Amino acid sequence: MNTISALAGVVIKELYRRKDFYVLFVLTALITVLMGMMRFFNDAKIIGYVKEICLMLVSISALVIAITTAARQIPAERENRTIFPLLAKPVTRGQVLVGKFLGSWLATGIALVVFYLFFGILSGSHENRWPVLILLEAFWLQWMMLSVVIALVVFGSVTFSAPSANITICMIVVLGILTVGEHLNQVAMQQNQPVGSIISMIYFLIPHLEWFDIHKLVLFNQPPVPWVYCLLASLYALGYTAVFLFAAWLAFRHKPLTA
Amino acid sequence: MRTSRAILVLLLLLSATFTLATVLQPQAARSTAHSPSDSPLNLFMGDSRRMFANHFYVKADVYFHSGFYPSIFDQARDSEVKENHIAAAQQGKEDKPEQEEGMNFLGEPKDWIDRMGRHFRITEHTHLGGENAREILPWLKISAVLDPQRIETYTVASYWLRGIGKTDEAEQFLRQGLRANPNSYQILYELGRLLYENRHDPARARNIWMQALRRWRETQQGLKEPDEGSLERITGDLAKLEEREGHYADAIKWFELTRLHSPNPDDVQKRIDSLRLKLAAPEHP
Repeated sequence: MNTISALAGVVIKELYRRKDFYVLFVLTALITVLMGMMRFFNDAKIIGYVKEICLMLVSISALVIAITTAARQIPAERENRTIFPLLAKPVTRGQVLVGKFLGSWLATGIALVVFYLFFGILSGSHENRWPVLILLEAFWLQWMMLSVVIALVVFGSVTFSAPSANITICMIVVLGILTVGEHLNQVAMQQNQPVGSIISMIYFLIPHLEWFDIHKLVLFNQPPVPWVYCLLASLYALGYTAVFLFAAWLAFRHKPLTA
Repeated sequence: MRTSRAILVLLLLLSATFTLATVLQPQAARSTAHSPSDSPLNLFMGDSRRMFANHFYVKADVYFHSGFYPSIFDQARDSEVKENHIAAAQQGKEDKPEQEEGMNFLGEPKDWIDRMGRHFRITEHTHLGGENAREILPWLKISAVLDPQRIETYTVASYWLRGIGKTDEAEQFLRQGLRANPNSYQILYELGRLLYENRHDPARARNIWMQALRRWRETQQGLKEPDEGSLERITGDLAKLEEREGHYADAIKWFELTRLHSPNPDDVQKRIDSLRLKLAAPEHP
């Protein structure tokens, strides 16, 4: 466990040494503040569109941070040849994978906390209400969703030849699941066989990341999701995370490390 | 020496491209549909701006329904969800049962993934009411910027602006719409409503509605399927205005026109009969 936490610590340090997070946070804050300064029909009370834009930017930023952080971990170690001294120590390949995953996930979590704090302060100061519970749930669910995404990217980083290919493919897959994932079964019903069955199979196989997006509940001041469903969704996410990490380990355990 | 020659060649090329641009630009403007007064947004986005305008108009409708809205996949399945509800509310059809049925797009959960997913999304159909209705306005404003020819955007925004007491802004927005669509009888009708209901100025409202009627005749008469609903609303409101002003003969004239296009001609006839009685009464001047 110490080995894994040491490896994760290095990844977290990398987050605040690199400029990605700062740039994305400043951009998010700047765009949100600028949008908030706009007045529609001389009405200062309109806030919905600012909240929507801010949440969208938070989601995009968190996804970009998660995918880019996770995608460069293993390839960077191989490219710089630091993987050899690392594996020469009493560290297994499995521990390297889990350490890299955990570091990326925790680093993304730290970034997400900052983003949600910004959103909470912005929304609360405008509306004079502080829906802490739903924000906490939105943060938690998004972080759990990112665990699946990061595990998928870690799997991609030991499968694809270059980080750029991994980032692009993972981004497309994740955005695809988020936009059409929940509707695949409806699409499958309208198709002839065997296409319908294949689409239906994909529907039941893919991780349903759209569950974890509760931004509409936040936007329209809806009551929080019962905790039992948050817990079930978290277990679902952890299950898929374990699947992708295991697949990554299977692909990585005997993989030659020299290009 | 070589550097100065390179700079001279570069300057020559720049002069040539600049001259060519001054020659080609007027010809290009003539050969395309764009006028020199076209905004940079129009030139940059072309007709795609209409698509985005529609997206933002639908977004306003999503806000009106507090996020409970069918996706394109649900809409494809339940094609009866055709009319935007923010527009329906503007036309006084807010709680029609057939529209509520159209919003029952979720149905029963189809599988365990669907059932679980519903705990994380809005599953209750509610409308933004009162002061909260202001949240739909930014999307309508953006929609109007992207597609100034979309008339419904102005009339719907005006209705909701009037609802939250922003009469000046509603009038300003309608006049902006009228500048972009000078022949729009719908915008004129909405402007008349604003003048009558909010400004309490029947004389100006009458003039505007008369102008709306002229525009309707100019644009709709002779069409295979004219917009009879709008004609009924214009003449109906003119009739009600004249009735309240005590001009019963004029009111009867407008109600008779309304009856021809009304889905409930018997009700309109009853109204005409009661007005005829009032007109015949000895105390009426």
